[in-house]
Amino acid sequence: MRAIVEKNYFELFGLPVGFDLDTADLAVRYRELQRQFHPDRHASSTGPERLLSLQITARINQGFQTLKEPLARGRYLLALRGVNTDEETDTSMDPDFLVEQMEMRESLDEARQSANRGERLARLASETSKLLRARTDALAESLSGGNPESLRRARELVREMQFLAKLAREVEELEEAG
Amino acid sequence: MALLQISEPGQSTAPHQRRLAVGIDLGTTNSLVACVRSGIADTLPDDEGRHLLPSVVRYLAGADASVGEAALAVAADDPLNTVASVKRLMGRGLDDVKRLGGALPYEFAPGDSGMPRIRTAAGLVSPVEVSAEILRSLKRRAEATLGGELSGAVITVPAYFDDSQRQATKDAGRLAGLNVLRLLNEPTAAAVAYGLDQKAEGIFAIYDLGGGTFDISILRLNRGVFEVLATAGDSALGGDDMDHAIADWMLRQASVDVSADPYAARRALRDARVAKHALSQAAETLVRVIRPDGSIWQGLLTRGEFEALVDPIIERTVAPCRRVLRDAGITASDVSEVVLVGGSTRMPRVRERAAAVFGRTPLTDIDPDRVVAIGAAIQADILVGNKPSDEMLLLDVIPLSLGIEIMGGMVEKIIARNSTIPIAKAQDFTTFKDGQTAMAIHVVQGERELVSDCRSLARFELRGIPPMVAGAGRIRVTFQVDADGLLSVSAQEQTSGVASSVTVKPSYGLSDDEIERMLRDSIAYAREDSAARDLREQQVEADRVLDAVEAALAADGAALLSASERQEIEQELSRLRALRAGADAARIREGIAALDRATREFAARRMDAGISKALSGHRLDEFN
Repeated sequence: MRAIVEKNYFELFGLPVGFDLDTADLAVRYRELQRQFHPDRHASSTGPERLLSLQITARINQGFQTLKEPLARGRYLLALRGVNTDEETDTSMDPDFLVEQMEMRESLDEARQSANRGERLARLASETSKLLRARTDALAESLSGGNPESLRRARELVREMQFLAKLAREVEELEEAG
Repeated sequence: MALLQISEPGQSTAPHQRRLAVGIDLGTTNSLVACVRSGIADTLPDDEGRHLLPSVVRYLAGADASVGEAALAVAADDPLNTVASVKRLMGRGLDDVKRLGGALPYEFAPGDSGMPRIRTAAGLVSPVEVSAEILRSLKRRAEATLGGELSGAVITVPAYFDDSQRQATKDAGRLAGLNVLRLLNEPTAAAVAYGLDQKAEGIFAIYDLGGGTFDISILRLNRGVFEVLATAGDSALGGDDMDHAIADWMLRQASVDVSADPYAARRALRDARVAKHALSQAAETLVRVIRPDGSIWQGLLTRGEFEALVDPIIERTVAPCRRVLRDAGITASDVSEVVLVGGSTRMPRVRERAAAVFGRTPLTDIDPDRVVAIGAAIQADILVGNKPSDEMLLLDVIPLSLGIEIMGGMVEKIIARNSTIPIAKAQDFTTFKDGQTAMAIHVVQGERELVSDCRSLARFELRGIPPMVAGAGRIRVTFQVDADGLLSVSAQEQTSGVASSVTVKPSYGLSDDEIERMLRDSIAYAREDSAARDLREQQVEADRVLDAVEAALAADGAALLSASERQEIEQELSRLRALRAGADAARIREGIAALDRATREFAARRMDAGISKALSGHRLDEFN
């Protein structure tokens, strides 16, 4: 068997590599791994074991964060297949998507100053989450196919989801500010 | 003692003596120490039956500092030498302290490393040293009560403490001669005390309003696993602020100018606190102020006026409550219990507000002053090895995002707030100038986008990068946060391998050298021969390592090691055992390192075997 530090996150959690995943099952596996490896469980272990427990737990935590969110999971699956999503450097996007995003950003600005701000923010939040859900479904579809075209599509979806997730966060922050 | 440690190779070790470990709640106003005895965790009282130790230290010229009630009793008469609420100064810079402002009657002097010093009759003291006095007093109390030397302590900190504040607390523990097993977040400690007590399952909200800090944490309890989902708070908000608001009101009513009379401010604070306590029951209370000219103002403070003074302070707890729910991804109706912690939650007004935010009546069955220390004692008992098979496990989070400064004074976040710890994360950056040979790395903590709005934790430089064109150098910065929530950062240039690392410390903390010097200078250490101390520490560590390796061999030696591999480990074991019986600390240290090296591969195999053990044969429905 391969050493823990070389396993990818799916292998670490004993799961098949793939986008479809039961998050409740993932959480159970997460807690079982923590029970086994957390540094508190190794407070009386040998020096090398304590060091490893720290490294492995850090990896378990990082893996759980990555696998539980569809966006991070999709990005990670693409990376495993050698596809970099380059959100930081590659700014080329589908023009239609960009127009839609600009419109949503405008309605966010309007909502901010609007008299019925709460209502408008709630509408925007539900619209954003609908778009995110649709792309999550499409991403599952694209990632199940292995050909270059479906990977290209998956990459595009992840990049769009990144935009939408950021927008959703901003809407939430405004809602919370009240 | 040494005889107990000897056992035949391969044979499991004799059950070791129960080790003494305590939980310490180092509070703004009061501190407590607790311990698990005969399976029950409780706080330890002093000789006179008092559990709370006022967190007040009075410095005297040419004598030991006095701590607790004795210091508190004279606080108003000797304000410049009597330090109270020092927790508010931990890990803070002189600028922060100035912002806390007129509230503090002490005279400050800048220190070498950004940490301010307080001028007292016994010389300049740092907040870390003041905290160490309080810890030392609790350590003495515990050792006298338990009849032996402590193996370790868990010290609690507000969940919302940043890295500097945590580091300062750990340093104080070290300075007090404690082996700090863990810094534990106060709300998590409270959840442990409640959760274990009630065998609870579900989602808990812990609302912790103490003397100087406010924390709100959301935890999920599931079969002994306490998983912190999110935490938020304000590390400068608490009962102290209410005392100040009342005191200011009294002084205004009496037309007293405090800048002319620090004693008046201290007396007013003391009386304000008494009035606050009275108004938890009564509808009004009589307050008085003695003016500098000896004349007296007195008047009635009604519940209504009192609430008008404290409501704005209580209201400041609401936004963090909203944020923590959002970060945890739940709504108030998902919360199964609300637990109140901290002395300020005794106030009816605070209880009403917490109940309103979460829409349910909070739990208060465990004394809100003692619950944190009790939870810490339970964790200490496990970490010191008294309960190795205990099912309880705490998964805590980092309260504030960590990042580094990038171009334009902006922050690039590397670890997001509410990430479960321990965690490690790396991010790559490129050089931005042709021939750039060094890179300055500025580590910050906070949620804002601008560096100037975040807290500066440390600065360090990566030097010796080979000259390349702009953008060709790849610098990987790795953040590692340990289980105490403490950060270390390393940077490495990927093409050349040039590396640099720091344990984050300097901005507002004490340097290692300063701590060493303070340790040497402190009276407790002067009485003791440092060589003898070093030997004893190495012997304790050797015993720990011998126990651990023997237990590991007994459990998995046969399955995971070849005969020759096992022999190699056993050779190092006997060597260390022989060294342990001698009196050469340096050689014991070497023996430990050699045994560590010899068991490295064995450790890796045991960990690999652990993963199949963890995930084998469990079906989902077993856990739901």
